Amino acid sequence: MGLLSNTATLLGKELRTEFRSRELLTTTVVFILVVLILFSFAISPTAVESREFGPGLLWLAILFAASLMLQPCFLREQANDTLSSLRLAVSDPFAIFLAKLIANTLFLLVTEILMLPVFAAFYNIPVLPQLHYLLLVLFLGSLGVSIAGTALSAISAQARMRELLLPLLLLPLLTPVLVVSATVSVSLLDREPVVQWKGIGFLAIFDLVFLTALWLFGEYLLEE
Amino acid sequence: MTSLTLPPTGLRLENIDKRYGGLFALRRVSLEISPGECVVLAGRNGSGKTTLLRIAARIVRPTAGKLSFPGASTETDRNGRPGYVAHTTMVYDELTAEENLVLFARLQNVQQPVARAEELLHEVGLYERRASAVRTFSRGMRQRIAIARALIHRPSVLLFDEPATGLDPLGISWLAKSLGDVHRAGCTVVMSLHGESEISALATRAVQLDAGSVVADTNSGASLHSILTFGGA
Amino acid sequence: MGKRILFGIAAVFLVVAGAYASFYIAPTERTMGLIQRIFYFHAATAWAGETTFFVCFVANLLYIWKRDPKYDWLGVSCAEVGLVCITVVLITGPIWAHPVWGIWWTWDARLTSTFVLWLLYISYLLLRSLIEEPDRRALLSALFGVFAFLDVPLVFFSIRWWRTQHPAPVIMGGSGAGLDPTMNKVFFFNVLAMHVFAAFLIVERCVLERTKHEVDLLQREAEA
Repeated sequence: MGLLSNTATLLGKELRTEFRSRELLTTTVVFILVVLILFSFAISPTAVESREFGPGLLWLAILFAASLMLQPCFLREQANDTLSSLRLAVSDPFAIFLAKLIANTLFLLVTEILMLPVFAAFYNIPVLPQLHYLLLVLFLGSLGVSIAGTALSAISAQARMRELLLPLLLLPLLTPVLVVSATVSVSLLDREPVVQWKGIGFLAIFDLVFLTALWLFGEYLLEE
Repeated sequence: MTSLTLPPTGLRLENIDKRYGGLFALRRVSLEISPGECVVLAGRNGSGKTTLLRIAARIVRPTAGKLSFPGASTETDRNGRPGYVAHTTMVYDELTAEENLVLFARLQNVQQPVARAEELLHEVGLYERRASAVRTFSRGMRQRIAIARALIHRPSVLLFDEPATGLDPLGISWLAKSLGDVHRAGCTVVMSLHGESEISALATRAVQLDAGSVVADTNSGASLHSILTFGGA
Repeated sequence: MGKRILFGIAAVFLVVAGAYASFYIAPTERTMGLIQRIFYFHAATAWAGETTFFVCFVANLLYIWKRDPKYDWLGVSCAEVGLVCITVVLITGPIWAHPVWGIWWTWDARLTSTFVLWLLYISYLLLRSLIEEPDRRALLSALFGVFAFLDVPLVFFSIRWWRTQHPAPVIMGGSGAGLDPTMNKVFFFNVLAMHVFAAFLIVERCVLERTKHEVDLLQREAEA
């Protein structure tokens, strides 16, 4: 299966590159930390309120961080025109996207898991009881952010003012992810937790829709 | 360059057009290159040489026309995929020479990718630096890793865009020898060049482009010389 | 040229006739009074905006498939006209809502997705302004347009199911639901008028874009 083996090879490359420099992970972690701290300064919640909008703020921080983290995604392929050599070498151009979006999802997840204890401390919200469901929501939400972000990063890399453009294209598009992830997280972290399976299903559908769109139209995003 | 056990493959362009928003970079270009030929593409800057090579490399999609590789066993056959070398290395600066070559070997389903990568590193003379990041390479070394990358899957067609740019005389000699070896092993070579050199001496045919159209196509030595010396001004 | 002028006159006539009907033919609504009449204009423009958005999507798909510049012209024209429609909707909505319900805005499904649609249209146009090469610009904006279109139903349902207050204030009204027959007729007449007017604007914008394209061609040939 050419697609799967190409994806695995390219994923290895993405992970190896990041592991060497760790620049994406460090900057993203620090950025989310800064945003969470700033939110605490801007709004001083009581114990009750922090459960209501803490998770929303966390997701907002994740979205902002992602829109910065996803910029180098295709830009770094421009330096030596490696995008052309990749396109020449792979059997299916979708492998390039698949590898990048899996890598981006992993980076986001690692960042979020590192941030969870900090979040729990700042907002006084115990996250351990519902951790498995919380991780599921984090995974599905981050996957959605990654899929849309990887696709749009391929677009913005070919335009001017790309640093400002990517957030502008991405954030309105991710409205459903923000709304649903935040709401589901709030009810998970409530004093009487409820698992909103409808919401989790919705996130999965969002991921599926955009993954399919990327699969259908990906090669045009890379075309010259 | 050894071990080319592939079917000799040619290159055929039929009525290729490439438009960039109304401006024609290539206009009704038809070219038939037989397996095993060594062809020089000459012409001024902006005549369409780079565009033609990028279309042949399947990196750029033509606006109209057909591209085929007569002799390649199937359309998706690895050996039907040309090797392409351009102005940039098209490898990753932050990975080592060896990692880069293994990556491209794996992507193209080359058997025993690590062994093949080492073989090529020896042939281009980079084996000593195989564990260094490409970022640290000199211009000459960068050219060599680019060639290694292009040859990793044993292509039967090699496309070369201004290979001698930035190389010192020693580098040019080495390149001429390497291209000669590749050609003698059965590879079809198409390269764009400015002016005459050891490299252009390998060519048996010259095609001149001007403003996106073929204006001259010759096998004769005298015409070759004049195309290369005047056409490339 | 003559046909276009006639079309323009017909379009303006219909809009004026629709306005007349809204003020003089439609009966006064019992509870809301005079201000309710803005509903005919507001809702009709909203429908026209949605149709335009759909046509934009089809134009985007056709461009990706056929690469004919005229689909690109259609796409950008629909986006600009659609943006105007949506802006009108977003302005007239609060004008109507405030005297009647005492609030300027509410985050219900329809309003919120209209607002996100507005943001996506703006991103689409912004993206176009940041890519110089015409073929790249057409392809990349068409691809973004497709992603944006796929997003809108997801936005709508995410807000409807997770953000709409219960009971929801039916602010912009179920259009046509339980309307007096005369009001219905006036409403649909206005819908027709706004569609014709939007079509007229789109045609004019397409002609303008075609002229721009031809001038650009001549310029490039002159420089070459």
